[in-house]
Amino acid sequence: MRTMSVSEKLAILADAAKYDASCASSGANQRDSRDGKGVGSAGGSGICHSYAPDGRCISLLKVLLTNSCIYDCHYCINRRSSNVRRAAFTPDEVIDLTLDFYKRNYIEGLFLSSGIIRTADHTMEQVVSVARRLREEHDFRGYIHLKTIPEASGELIEQAARYADRISINLELPTQVSLDKLAPEKNLGRTKQAMGRIRLKLEDAADRRKTGDRALRHATGQSTQVIVGADESTDADFLARADELYGSYKLKRVYYSAFSPIPEPSKILPLAAPPLVREHRLYQADWLLRHYGFGVGEILPVEAPNLDLNIDPKLSWALRNRQDFPMNVQTAPRERLLRVPGLGVKNVDRLLQIRRHTLVRLADLTRLRVSLKKVMPFLITADHFPSAGLLDGDRLIARLAPRPQQMELFAR
Amino acid sequence: MKQVDPGRNFADWREAARSLLESEVPPAEVIWERPGQGSLFGAAALAPPPGRASFKVPAEFVELARSAICHADPRRWALLYRILWRLVKGGEKHLLEIVSDPDIARARLLAKNVRREIHKMHAFVRFRKIGETDAGRERYVAWFEPDHEVIAAATPFFRDRFANMDWSIFSPKGCAHWIDNELKFTPGVATNPCDNPDELEEIWRTYYRSIFNPARLKEQMMKSEMPKRYWKNLPEASLIPELIESSCRRVDDMLVEPERGVRPAPNNRYLKGLQEMSAPFGDGTAPLERTPLADLSRMVDACRACPLWERATCAVFGRGPENARLMIVGEQPGDQEDLRGQPFVGPAGQFLDRALAEAKVDRASAYVTNAVKHFKWEPRGKLRLHKNPGRAEVEACKPWLLAELNTVGPAVLILLGGTAAASLLGPQVKVTQHRGLVAAPHLAAKVILTVHPSYLLRIPDPARKEEEYQRFVADLSLACEPG
Repeated sequence: MRTMSVSEKLAILADAAKYDASCASSGANQRDSRDGKGVGSAGGSGICHSYAPDGRCISLLKVLLTNSCIYDCHYCINRRSSNVRRAAFTPDEVIDLTLDFYKRNYIEGLFLSSGIIRTADHTMEQVVSVARRLREEHDFRGYIHLKTIPEASGELIEQAARYADRISINLELPTQVSLDKLAPEKNLGRTKQAMGRIRLKLEDAADRRKTGDRALRHATGQSTQVIVGADESTDADFLARADELYGSYKLKRVYYSAFSPIPEPSKILPLAAPPLVREHRLYQADWLLRHYGFGVGEILPVEAPNLDLNIDPKLSWALRNRQDFPMNVQTAPRERLLRVPGLGVKNVDRLLQIRRHTLVRLADLTRLRVSLKKVMPFLITADHFPSAGLLDGDRLIARLAPRPQQMELFAR
Repeated sequence: MKQVDPGRNFADWREAARSLLESEVPPAEVIWERPGQGSLFGAAALAPPPGRASFKVPAEFVELARSAICHADPRRWALLYRILWRLVKGGEKHLLEIVSDPDIARARLLAKNVRREIHKMHAFVRFRKIGETDAGRERYVAWFEPDHEVIAAATPFFRDRFANMDWSIFSPKGCAHWIDNELKFTPGVATNPCDNPDELEEIWRTYYRSIFNPARLKEQMMKSEMPKRYWKNLPEASLIPELIESSCRRVDDMLVEPERGVRPAPNNRYLKGLQEMSAPFGDGTAPLERTPLADLSRMVDACRACPLWERATCAVFGRGPENARLMIVGEQPGDQEDLRGQPFVGPAGQFLDRALAEAKVDRASAYVTNAVKHFKWEPRGKLRLHKNPGRAEVEACKPWLLAELNTVGPAVLILLGGTAAASLLGPQVKVTQHRGLVAAPHLAAKVILTVHPSYLLRIPDPARKEEEYQRFVADLSLACEPG
């Protein structure tokens, strides 16, 4: 077989990696390269160096080491049953690409994953060795995210955590029933156990940094991804699982990725339009869980296990709980104001500060760039009291729900 | 009216503003204007009045002004002076906290735009390699066209990140150079002085093309984060029209592609091992006959007799030798036990270890387990808060505890706390009433009932805690006494 050029491999192995939604390059331990030999800095918020027309940010060189895989996950273009063209980078090729891109300020660092070749340990060894050489031979101080495999040895996962800033294991589907059907090699229990071990390592490293070993190089977080729309799972299934993973394993993020058409479709999993609105609603609900003090049961009552696609989940909650409104912006406590549709965490905190010194009026809200249309039915200000009729009946929904939009791609 | 030159940067403006404030010139009487190039009517320098009055402004204002002053808006100097005046002379000392005040809202918006432009500069500068110095340092150049005066503020980022390369960033608003570990700024240039592409740009475009998913076109999202004004200096942006244009066709092609069947698993030892690991061991119920602990600990994973398994990491089975003389039963695993898969390794476990050592009981030779095998919890902030298992959950787990008891057949059994007692002795048995030796010969020759160590951990008063601890140790040491 003719050997492939690096550019040909890159085309295949970036294409193979693009279904992973994770893009974060934030939250690493603060560092720069002024006292080193190589390049790189990290810490604080990450940087999105470019955006593709799919609206996703390009922050890291996101590639697979190889797209050969012995697993058969039916949503995945790289599964063993697919006839996709296969390629494999040598470690040197990935290292050179990372450094070359980094020095030109195209990227924040590397996100390396791989198809499973031979065994979990063998695969992890290859992935870890790229990270180790970047750190040790090239003194690379940029961001590294390594995908790990639950079945890899504790020793290898520990090494991955030592060289990376973030490590992740993709759960992909929220229940074992769905995994059995669509990703027969994957196991929910083993994934949770691996996430548990990773949490312990991350906490241990954070403790050691606090108690003296300030220069300790170690990952600071873990994340995961689930695919939305490939199985029968409800939004409640996704959010309950996410809530559990945040609570149990302190994940930084759960990424929701709408299942999108792939070349080489599987017989087991017919292609359909990616449920992009559903994906968006899940992110909004996830945000309510993490930053607004909502519980899964409040966002999704038992009788309605899926999010409303027409209105956002907070508005949806408010409409089910009209008895809590209107709320007085001057006196309501923080946790209540956070429940007002149209008020975000930042603006709530600003309002708390402002109201100590002055009466809050609608013009103040406008200057905070709050949508008056959205908050007016729910909020009392010094110069506004919502008319009783405003909160009642379907008129409110009609007023706030956006007009139905055509899907950009599939409504042709 | 007074015409004042705001100068070239924050320090200049601050000096001018300070002089005006000292001379008590109200904001309405100042016209801030940069002198035109070669203008004959340069603004008169302000003579500082004799004996400078001192006044204080919040550090937050300095930070706000430092950013907002870089904005291209010609009214920024007047706006900031007005805020300064209101803070110092107007007695509005909380002004900065009222972020919905028109002046503050405006200044914050300018500062935000500037910070965003700095961030975008960090993101969108594209270096091109132009060679290496004699000393072997790589040399790079870039061309960037910012809307605001952000070159100086944005440069430290590049110095810290690319400290070991030489580089220059050229721009119409000023140029920055990092050469031989020295940072220098030079005046802006009108055109890009080094406009030769870098060969890596083609490979970067290959990456950009391949990472794009045509099935989820979101053009607006891209444009709001990467506004078109930046595109002309981004090597990858030339691909955008063709990627958008071809996306529908590419998706249509995928949708009509014939579906691929399932290829059988290769004959691979690793995959077979995975299958074996995943296959349930047993039918999820505890066996009645005596069964080795190793098997029991695998069988319990398949148990679905209560819903606790769903939100737990794993079943935490007992640990210790199969022929242990002593068996200790606690309540349920906690946060740490759930993650490590071992009983009594968290704070309560460490406390138990200490007490056992003091009672001269060897933990390593004991079999330690819990009445309930899965962790029951609810989120409380960032913690998983332990919740007492309910009657149904204790009953559901009892067969597993009996199976362990059956296999180990200990001479001495220690029950820690109410849940262990309820499980094996019945709900009517209370630790407070029946503490100490309990007659239950069907369980073990000697059965000791005492408190759970986590109860001791919760006693706030140190003296009472110590007293209870000594009682606990005394209970444990009953295990050593003969008979």
